[in-house]
Order: sequence, then structure tokens, then C-alpha cells
Amino acid sequence: MKRRIFLRTAGVAGILAAGRAPAFAQGTRLNILRWVDFIPACDVELKRQAPEASKALGAEVVFEFINANDLQPRITAAIQSRSGPDIIHMLHNWPHLYENGLVEVNDLAEWQAKDQGGFYAQSEAYVRVGGRFMALPHSIVPGLIAYRKSWLTEVGATTFPKTYGQTLGHTFGDAPAWAYPLLWNFGGMETDKNGKTALDGKGALEAVKFMTAFWKDACDEGGLAWDDTNNNRAFLGGEISATLNGASIYIAAKRGQDKIKDEKGEPMVRDIQHARLPAGPAGSWSYHTAFSHGVMKYGKNPKLAKDFLKWFHGKEQFSRWFEVAEGFSVGATKQWERHPLWTTIDEPMKGFRTAPDNSRVIGYAGPPSAKATEVYSKYVIVDMFAKGAQGTKAEDAVKWAAGELYKIYG
Amino acid sequence: MKKTIAGGAGSAAGFEVALPHPRTSQPAPALTRFLENEGLLAAVLLAPTVLLLSLFIAYPFVMGVWLSLSSTSVGNPGEFVGLRNFVKAWNDSIFRTAFGNTFFYTFWATVFKLVLGMWLALLLNRHFRGKRLVRASMLLPFIVPTVLSTFAWRWMFDPTFSVLNWLLYQGGLITTKLPFLSDGTYGLWCAIVVNTWRGMPFFAITLLAGLQTISPDLHEAASLDGANGWHRFWHVTWPLLKPVTLVVVVFSVIQTFSDFQLIYVLTGGGPANATHLLATYAYQIGVATGLLGEGAAISLFMLPVLFVVVWVQLRYLRRLEGA
Repeated sequence: MKRRIFLRTAGVAGILAAGRAPAFAQGTRLNILRWVDFIPACDVELKRQAPEASKALGAEVVFEFINANDLQPRITAAIQSRSGPDIIHMLHNWPHLYENGLVEVNDLAEWQAKDQGGFYAQSEAYVRVGGRFMALPHSIVPGLIAYRKSWLTEVGATTFPKTYGQTLGHTFGDAPAWAYPLLWNFGGMETDKNGKTALDGKGALEAVKFMTAFWKDACDEGGLAWDDTNNNRAFLGGEISATLNGASIYIAAKRGQDKIKDEKGEPMVRDIQHARLPAGPAGSWSYHTAFSHGVMKYGKNPKLAKDFLKWFHGKEQFSRWFEVAEGFSVGATKQWERHPLWTTIDEPMKGFRTAPDNSRVIGYAGPPSAKATEVYSKYVIVDMFAKGAQGTKAEDAVKWAAGELYKIYG
Repeated sequence: MKKTIAGGAGSAAGFEVALPHPRTSQPAPALTRFLENEGLLAAVLLAPTVLLLSLFIAYPFVMGVWLSLSSTSVGNPGEFVGLRNFVKAWNDSIFRTAFGNTFFYTFWATVFKLVLGMWLALLLNRHFRGKRLVRASMLLPFIVPTVLSTFAWRWMFDPTFSVLNWLLYQGGLITTKLPFLSDGTYGLWCAIVVNTWRGMPFFAITLLAGLQTISPDLHEAASLDGANGWHRFWHVTWPLLKPVTLVVVVFSVIQTFSDFQLIYVLTGGGPANATHLLATYAYQIGVATGLLGEGAAISLFMLPVLFVVVWVQLRYLRRLEGA
């Protein structure tokens, strides 16, 4: 018997012995690139799921985790060189930016929305480009104000301020998630509904004026140099009383309660509570980071990638990951608000359940287009407030930012 | 070649004689002819180098120039737009800040590295116990990967938990925290300090090598003529060290002008884009925002500046050598 005929016969015999044909050719590999989660247990859970996925799909599923800041360079390099991971984790409105490098997933989006109660508006807006779903919404990391109850009581407050007009403690959190809602809540907007610059209005001016005064009165002067971890460390180190953040501060305080103590030597976690951003004259809006998964166009197995996403975003798999996240990440669809986790979770974490319901998108009131990413990447909105905090007149700060926006949006 | 020739008429016996290659008897093999052609041989020997340079230097460079003249964005090949990206960059206030910062950062960092490096080289050129150990340890900042050492500096400048602020406060020198990285001006000076700390050993060790080529007799003769330390440095050491110094400065200017890692790790270009350099801003626009054409245009702004710097300094160097 010739070698090739033998191998062919043996292969068929193997398939018969297994009882079913493999879904994909032997040695087929599916690479998924994701961020390193702020909750390490979430990545452990995904690594645990990988062999299950491999078995279910008949192909080797491999997760790779990198720092969130390194995702965009990897995506750019992958799209330009037409090689790299088959599926990439997308944050914010990136599917708009990388539209040309992504496979349309309308069928999957339709299935997921129907299966899991419909997407939050923000999750859908960030992946839907010109009517086409260019990525599949996965989850949302909501940001709420984490604050110390005892410090608030010390200054005579029984509840967290409902409006910006009331006094806050030292706080300055993850910059864009603070800056964009501040603009919206004072009635400001980047663009009008047609996507043309509309920043140079009364709302932005009032927002910068508030921020300037607020900065002088209550914020940590080092905040302008903070990255996304500085506020966590400052809060857990007892340096600040409140900051806008995901649930990672509470979860870290809970997991390290024998080390992270308050001034009285008690576990700090008992003194932490969460609240939504206060309301401004135009309402109470937030910015929560939406996550999705994009199937890369250059990939050799788009069908396999889509099959995997259907498996991975399915109720069974997502539920396991969701439970491990302990409220740090919530679903992209409303069904997850009804998950049993919320009945057993700690009281301070319950606010995260419905947090995404008041989120707006960058580029508001226009669409979250690639141009909105340019504004976001240049930190124009954040720096408008930062300039005010550093002493630039509010009028000049808004004029500068509006000028930058005109160059981008027109 | 050796050949045995049978004795002719009158000869008693055959004898061996070495004859030249019979050129005319048969045509030389093609390979031999090829190898004897100097022009062709040179081309063959240079080909691998030319190929490597074309592949890894010329192609990326030409590609960069093409990108800067096109509207290419990530996943979109774009089209030729002439100098539009350059004009857009020039009208961008953040770009202008980055442009100015790059000159400021390069100038001061190079001045400090040169002055301190020269001072260190002169000290290390003296004889003392443990000289070799000190010389080796001096290279540590240069050996440690920039990203790691810059992280360490970032922790020292931390806005909330800065050990430097703590020391200054405990020493009674300050009453409020210094905004090391939260103020643009402070941030840029912090970057200059870190760059100087990192680059000074390169200056010192290169200048030290230059110093060791200067004959002690010259210093001795100058001393006998009554020259003091400063005169000996200015009239003996410095003129002889000038060519080495110029080469080091050229290298340093190129490295510092196109610095990326240090700013990226230390400040990320903030606060309020106040510490961006051309390289970090080009990265932000090209990679984070996906506007590859505009990013390439920003980075190409470095080219004429570096070209002029290198040309002027090399010309000066050649003049020195000719003198």
C-alpha cells in the first residue's frame, strides 16, 4: 500500500472511530487576542474554556492576552500586514476605525440580540457601522464613583451628591470617562446630529468653568499625570476619598482585605460604596467602556472564527465568565441584568447591574465615527478640561478645543 | 603547472619544467572569466549588502515617504494627496508643541550629556583604586533597557507617592508636592533629566577612549611651560578631543531627536499633550488613530532637521581632519 493511500484510509478510520467528522482540518488553529483583564480570574477562566472550545469546534483555540494599551498597535500592524490573530478584542468604537479590516457579523449580532434580550444602545452604536455589524458586542465595564462612606459622613453628608452643585471629596478618575460625561451633563456636545462641530456652545463653557473651580477645591493636583491605575492606588492608599472607576477598586479591597485597611485598622472594603456621576443641568450621563470581538478579514478561517464567537458569546460560556468577573464586567445585552449573581453580590456592587443604561457614545450628538476616535486619541476633550485646570481661561480652553474639532469634523 | 617534456633529439633524458597556463590552447571556463571581470565581481560581492539595505532601509524609507504623501489609513490604501498631510500637521497646535518640545528636549539633553559626560570622563581618566569597577558600573544606566529604567524613574516622579517629593518634604525643602509629571514644563524637564542620566555614560566612555589616545607628554610639556589645569584642557585636551566629541554629539542628537521610548513610558505625551515629541505624536496619530499617512508626515518632519544637523557636523569634522 502506498503511503498516501494508507494515511487517507487511516484518517477515515479515525474519523469513523471518533463518531463524527472534525469541523475543520487537522492542525487548524484559532488565535484570539484580548486585553489583560483588570480581574485576573477572568483570564484564568478563559484559559480554562479554551480546551472546551477546541473540543467543540474541532480546532485548536488559543487565547493571547496583552496590555490594553498595546492592542491598537497590534491591530494596525495585523491589518496592514494581513496577518495576525483571527479574532481581536475591540474597545470603545474601534470597529468604526478598523471597519475595512473586519468581517461583517450581522447574522451573529442578530442571533445574540434575539437570544439575550437586545443590546444596550452604546454597545450597538459602537459596532454598527453604516447599518452593518462589524464586531460582536461582548461586555461593558461600567464606571461608577467609588467613595469612602466614612469620609463623606465626616463632612456631614449622608448620601453621595446627586448633582455637581454639591461638594465632593478629592477625586479625578479615568480621564475620558470623567471628561465626556461632564461635557454632556452641562449640555455640551462634540458635534451636532450631522456630525459637524458643535463644541463652542454654552454647555462646554459652563462645564470647563465648573471643572476649573472643582479642581482647585477638591482634586489631587497630581491627577493630571495619572494613568488608569494611579487613582486605584491613591484610593487604596487612603490618599483620596472618591474616584471614578470600574469595580476593580472594590474587588481589590475585598480580595486583599487583610492588607488594605482604613485609618482605624478595619478592612477598607467595608467603607467603600459606589454611586453614579452626579447630574448636571442637562442630565446625568455616563461613559462606560464597551467591549466587542472583531473577526479579522485577513484570517484564513472566518467561518471558524464566527462559529467560535457564537460558542463564546453563548449564554453558557458567557455566564461562567460573567460570574468570575463579579460585576466588574456586565453583559452587552439587557438579559444579564437578571442574572442570579446580582441577588448574591455584595451590596456596594449592585449599582453596576444597570449602570450601562445611561451611557452616551463619543462623538455625541453625531455618530461614534473614526473621526470621534481621532478626537479621543488626541485627548482633545480631556485636555480642554485639563487646560482649564491648569489656569487657561475657560473661554480660551473651549476655543482651542473647538478649533481642533473643526479641523477634524469640519 | 608542472609538465614532463620528453627529451628531443640529442637530449639524454626527459626533464620537468613549470609552464604558464596555456591561455591560447583552450578558452578559459566561464566562471574564471566572470571572476576575472572586476566590475562584475564587485557587483556580485556587493549584492547581498545592497539587497539588505534596500530591503530594510530603502524600502521602509520610500514607503514612509509614500505614506506621508497619501491619505492611507489603517485598512485603507488611500490615494496621493501631495503635501496635504504636512500642511495639516503644521496647522495642528499639538504638532507645533511637539515640534518645539523636540528641539528643546534635544538641545538641553545633549548639552547636559556633553558637559557631564566630559566631566565624568576627565575624572575617570585619573588613576585611583577601583578605577575599573567604577568605569564598568558607570555604564549601568546605558545597559539597562530604557523601558525598565524609565519605569523606575516614573515611580520616583509618581504624582501621589513620589519618593523624591517625600525626601524633599522630609528634608524641609518643600511644603507642597512638586508636580513632576502633572505640569507640562516640569514633565519635559523630568524627561531631560532621565535622558541625561541614561545617555551620559555613552558620552563619558567615548570621550574617555578619546582622552586615552592623547599622549601624556603633551600635558607634561604644557605643564613645564606653566599651563594650569584649565589651560591644559582648553589648549591641549579639547582640540585633540574635538573630532571624537563631534561624532558623539552627532549620534546623540540623532538618538535624542527621534526619542520615543522614554517619553512614551514616562509621560505618554501628557499632561494635556505638553510633553509630546515628534516621534510620540507620530505614533499617536499613525498607530492609535490609524491615520498612517498623517503619522508618517509628522515623523518625516524630523528628516530635514536631522539631515542638516548631520551634514553641518560632518562637514566640520572633515574640515578638522583636513587641517
